[in-house]
Amino acid sequence: MASRQTVEQTGGYTKRTRAAAKIRHQFPMHLMLLPCVLLVAVFSYYPMAGILIAFQNYNPTKGFFNSKFVGLENFNYVYAMPETMQVLWNTVFIALLKIVFGLLVPVLFAILLDMVRRSFVKRSIQTLIYIPHFLSWVILSGILIDILSPTDGIISFILKGIGIEPIFFLANEKIFPYLLVVTDVWKEFGYGTIIYLAAITSINTLLYEAAVMDGASRFRQVLHVTIPGIMPIVVLMATLSLGNVLNAGFEQVFNLYSPVVYKTGDILDTFVYRIGLQNSQYGVATAVGLFKSVVSFVFIVTGYRLASKFAGYRIF
Amino acid sequence: MHHRTFGGKVFEGVNHLFLAACALLCIFPIIHVLAVSFSGSTAAAAGQVTLWPVEFNLSSYKYALNNPQFLTSFLVSLERVALGLSVNMLLTIFAAYPLSKERSDLYGRNAYSWYLFITIIFSGGLIPWYMTVKQLGLMDSVWALILPGAVPVFNVIILLNFFRQLPKEIGESAFIDGAGHWTILSRIYLPLSKPALATLVLFTCVGHWNAWFDGLILMSSPHHYPLQTYLQTIMINRDMSLFTTASQEELKMLSEVSDRTLKSAQIFIAAAPILAVYPFLQKYFMKGIVVGSVKG
Repeated sequence: MASRQTVEQTGGYTKRTRAAAKIRHQFPMHLMLLPCVLLVAVFSYYPMAGILIAFQNYNPTKGFFNSKFVGLENFNYVYAMPETMQVLWNTVFIALLKIVFGLLVPVLFAILLDMVRRSFVKRSIQTLIYIPHFLSWVILSGILIDILSPTDGIISFILKGIGIEPIFFLANEKIFPYLLVVTDVWKEFGYGTIIYLAAITSINTLLYEAAVMDGASRFRQVLHVTIPGIMPIVVLMATLSLGNVLNAGFEQVFNLYSPVVYKTGDILDTFVYRIGLQNSQYGVATAVGLFKSVVSFVFIVTGYRLASKFAGYRIF
Repeated sequence: MHHRTFGGKVFEGVNHLFLAACALLCIFPIIHVLAVSFSGSTAAAAGQVTLWPVEFNLSSYKYALNNPQFLTSFLVSLERVALGLSVNMLLTIFAAYPLSKERSDLYGRNAYSWYLFITIIFSGGLIPWYMTVKQLGLMDSVWALILPGAVPVFNVIILLNFFRQLPKEIGESAFIDGAGHWTILSRIYLPLSKPALATLVLFTCVGHWNAWFDGLILMSSPHHYPLQTYLQTIMINRDMSLFTTASQEELKMLSEVSDRTLKSAQIFIAAAPILAVYPFLQKYFMKGIVVGSVKG
């Protein structure tokens, strides 16, 4: 009995010293994480408390916690604004088109590019098509504004050359949303192409050899080997892009739009910017922003869940 | 692998042509505006410029570089990239190392991971973020462009996944030999992660160089604008105020410079650092894309 107690005691003792040693051993790692934890607390979590603004008549000098609460007044105001529904519709419409074409174009391009056998040609094309990805929307918009100008843009000169009246693309509310989609594909499809090309390259060549043995044509090889081979990554990208349903591309729209195309080109993010930072209606803008954050959150989480279910994706 | 039939050859030819045409179409607008920036203003206005400068001259570049605001903004951008790169990389490494450990080796590892991950999937939105920076008194300081994005969580995830692939035994044997975490990180992990680090450095630099919106809303004085923000304001305000206080010498220069050629030149000065390093580092650019999207 007595001896058992000693054993237990020493057992407990060593356990405790081991725990202490473990903490001492771990201490530097917690120290490494400390600055990150603090900065994220200040710049990501503290602003979440700022969501309160959505329920306040916010006064910047009083801060998040002392401004006057007004319940759902800001939300009612947003709901009653005539442009709200249009802006929401524009956002979803533009974002969905971008998701669909942002997925299809690179997949198609990667499949065609994979058929090019000369690696020099393949590499050169890849290099060229993803240059725009690394340039900012300020630069690309500057370029687009120049070439699309109805007076001295090269596009209007080309159109004139083939007998078509110049079109003011950036001021045409029918064309504007599609212009956003096309120029977004221009910027980003090179990026997607590289991802899918990497996926195609990792397909086992034996599968192609077997398909050739079976007399499969090039088209059939694509259909039965390439496409099934890259399907997991296509599904992964599709599910992860689900979180972007309300991201119609602030930086792009902000640099290309103007009041004449608000009807079809104004999106939630630009709406929030104008209401909040230009008109100083902080409560109303935060309410719109909160709506966006919550809906996006639901879609992002759904996307991750689907990705882990269908593509075995784990973020950590 | 493929059949060498007549139809196959035709397809290959058409495919080559199509892909090459797409690639050229992608860079055509960029080359065109580059050509405009080197052209005379009258040639540009007359639509004579396509892919090669007409009436070649450097006046637009000279004019742009003579603008003190432009130079100030260029320096702000350089400062931002240098500071932002140091802070981002340091914090990425310091977060990725502990989080790459097993759960049993770091108390609260999952809590830390979730703490960071939640910031990716939910945010307070633009206005609360803006008010936070304002309340902290960071407006008009270069730190307003650095600190809010100091912890790039996506990069942390990329690097921690890279660390996890390193053979564990090396770190363990170093630990038995008496090395601490700092030594293991700096002497073993970092040298082994050079490819991943190079990619992250590149993407961080590009990100800071290209960022403009935070400068626009957080800097009240144009003297604190980074280059891209300054560029953004001149793209939007298409006024000619630049030209009102021109001296005699400047007026002569202006006969060769138009608003359009000047803007084109400014666009390319702002894009130049990226376009200049791109051909040499494109291996890393490409790797970064694949690593960043499909981890591992």
